[in-house]
Amino acid sequence: MGKYWIAFVANKSLSGGLFLLYVIVTSIGIYLSQKSIVSFLLLLASLLILYFLQFPDKVKWAAALVILGVVLPFAASHGQSYQSYMDVAVMVGIYVAMALGLNIVVGMAGLLDLGFIAFFALGAYTYGIFTTSQASHFMPFGHYPLSGASFWMFILIGCLFGALFGVLLGIPVLRVKGDYLAMVTLGFGEIVRIVFNNLDKPINITNGAMGISSIAPPELFGIRFIYPSQFYYVVLVLLLIVIYMVRRLERSKMGRAWKAVRENEIAAQAMGIPLVKTKLAAFAIGASFSGAMGVVFAAKQAFVDPTSFTYLESTTILVMVLLGGMGSVPGVILGASIITILNLQVLTEVTNWLNQLSMSGVLKIPDALSPAKMQRFIFGLLLIVFALYRSKGLLPAKNMHYDLEKLARRTHSMDAVPAAGETNKG
Amino acid sequence: MNLLEIKGLTKNFGGLAAVSNVNLNVPKNSITAVIGPNGAGKTTLFNMVTGVYKPSAGDILLNGEPITGLKPHAVARKGIARTFQNIRLFDSLSVMENVLIGMHSRLKSNFFGAVFQLPGTRREEEAAQMEAFELLQYVGLDGLLNEPATNLPYGAQRRLEIARALAVKPKLLLLDEPAAGMNPKETKELTDLIRNMCGEKDLTIILIEHDMKLVMEISNHIAVLDHGENIAEGKPVEIRNNPRVIEAYLGKGALAYA
Repeated sequence: MGKYWIAFVANKSLSGGLFLLYVIVTSIGIYLSQKSIVSFLLLLASLLILYFLQFPDKVKWAAALVILGVVLPFAASHGQSYQSYMDVAVMVGIYVAMALGLNIVVGMAGLLDLGFIAFFALGAYTYGIFTTSQASHFMPFGHYPLSGASFWMFILIGCLFGALFGVLLGIPVLRVKGDYLAMVTLGFGEIVRIVFNNLDKPINITNGAMGISSIAPPELFGIRFIYPSQFYYVVLVLLLIVIYMVRRLERSKMGRAWKAVRENEIAAQAMGIPLVKTKLAAFAIGASFSGAMGVVFAAKQAFVDPTSFTYLESTTILVMVLLGGMGSVPGVILGASIITILNLQVLTEVTNWLNQLSMSGVLKIPDALSPAKMQRFIFGLLLIVFALYRSKGLLPAKNMHYDLEKLARRTHSMDAVPAAGETNKG
Repeated sequence: MNLLEIKGLTKNFGGLAAVSNVNLNVPKNSITAVIGPNGAGKTTLFNMVTGVYKPSAGDILLNGEPITGLKPHAVARKGIARTFQNIRLFDSLSVMENVLIGMHSRLKSNFFGAVFQLPGTRREEEAAQMEAFELLQYVGLDGLLNEPATNLPYGAQRRLEIARALAVKPKLLLLDEPAAGMNPKETKELTDLIRNMCGEKDLTIILIEHDMKLVMEISNHIAVLDHGENIAEGKPVEIRNNPRVIEAYLGKGALAYA
């Protein structure tokens, strides 16, 4: 099998042609049969296939952009399921961006964070409070609600807020390691949620368990972003920025420092890497992605309440990272997509289907056993299976590849420096 | 001129004095060996010099400047690099990345430089890769640059640790049992490497070692620790004939060797 795959991939015109055909067929599939989530998933899977094909990176990115930016929205636009497809796609984008943030903390720097959703909540509530009349309860100056045009600025504010709280959490927490770190971050996540749940008195800041509703939709040049199909492009752009940043950071001095700290703290320090600063940077940058996506989430839902930010959500994001492959950017993107689609689409579809069956009396399934309620069970099962058979995830992290020949040529052309070590070659 | 001066250095773990009142002067561009039986406090001494432990008392001066009690990363920035007794590589990272990490404190690029790929950052990164590659050539590991460090054979891992330490561009290099677990051929190669790099990389080296042949061959100066105390110091010949050393460490059989 592997042999044929290699031969197939090496033949670029063949693999490229078949890939194109695949995309066209799945797109037509969505276009014609609107209810078929299978063709929707198959079209998304084309991105995964693209990842394995041997084209230059630039070609792959261009193809991915065309598929995500044009083909997918267009193919799905023909019918009443359009918005629900786009809704799923938006949620996938939000979760991928968040999982990439957590991947910096857990995957690259090796710091287990079980309260990651707290930063998401902070971003969401920040936008929610200031674009509704909620802010006028406690802000001594300014006119609230702010208009949806402030959304773009709030993405940055969400970033900064996330980073700020990441650092505030990090300073005391990074004194502890391993299991203790996990416990403290878990506590932090719950504290944030409970604070938001109770901060309706003495001053009403978060409106408590009632949540904040009618949050202003984003506005740009007079266009109001109300539909998921519009949010789709906002999220797509943000996601591209996030992926670009993560890629750059991963290959920079900072990314190497994170991995060094993960691999061996003592050796990392001996190489001149400041431990606390490096860990704080991981916390802050990871949290800032989460904060920014929180703003998008609040704007998209137009409603936030504490139940969206439970411990289960933190676990979900962690499962995305573990499933995809700790420290692996493509892996985490895949893991987050699979889990989100599983949660939002597959499980609900299967539940609907089972409901129909029981309605028509074919079989009787008690409500308690409906697949939509089995999230935790499925996560647990997935984790066990992966821990046993694929502990490095679906697409394990790869080290950056350095070109031996190129380096040898370049150092050789410099001057006679390498000659000094020639005698020691062993 | 002494590069490193250690004055009255003491470390107590509870009631146990792991190192007590040790004095040591290390001249520039010399190779000094610290020897002594197991548990004599050699590694504790290294750990204090590199900032892993805070000394209970005493001073450490590098080029006349006190570095006592600095954090390990700050000590590295001052120009002290080390290898470890039980190899501590970044196991899952590639050989090349291990060496690049050694350069961490010398790279000036920051967050924005990395994210926006500013020309300065790019040039710096390319220069760093070239330098790392040259260091790998120097220790003879350039052919394995993309291999995860953990896959390397034992002797190669030790050499990679040295390359990584050299990447810090240290003034002072501390080698903790560099020849441990090596066969005679590997030890021979290592001896040559240590001797050569002292001159070629303008280094001062302190090494802890149990292989007496290696110690006697390359060191200019030997300090002997026993029960945390400095019981003798001097040239290899002097140490070899010092009765206290022979009694404490080398054993009676060593008399014949001397």
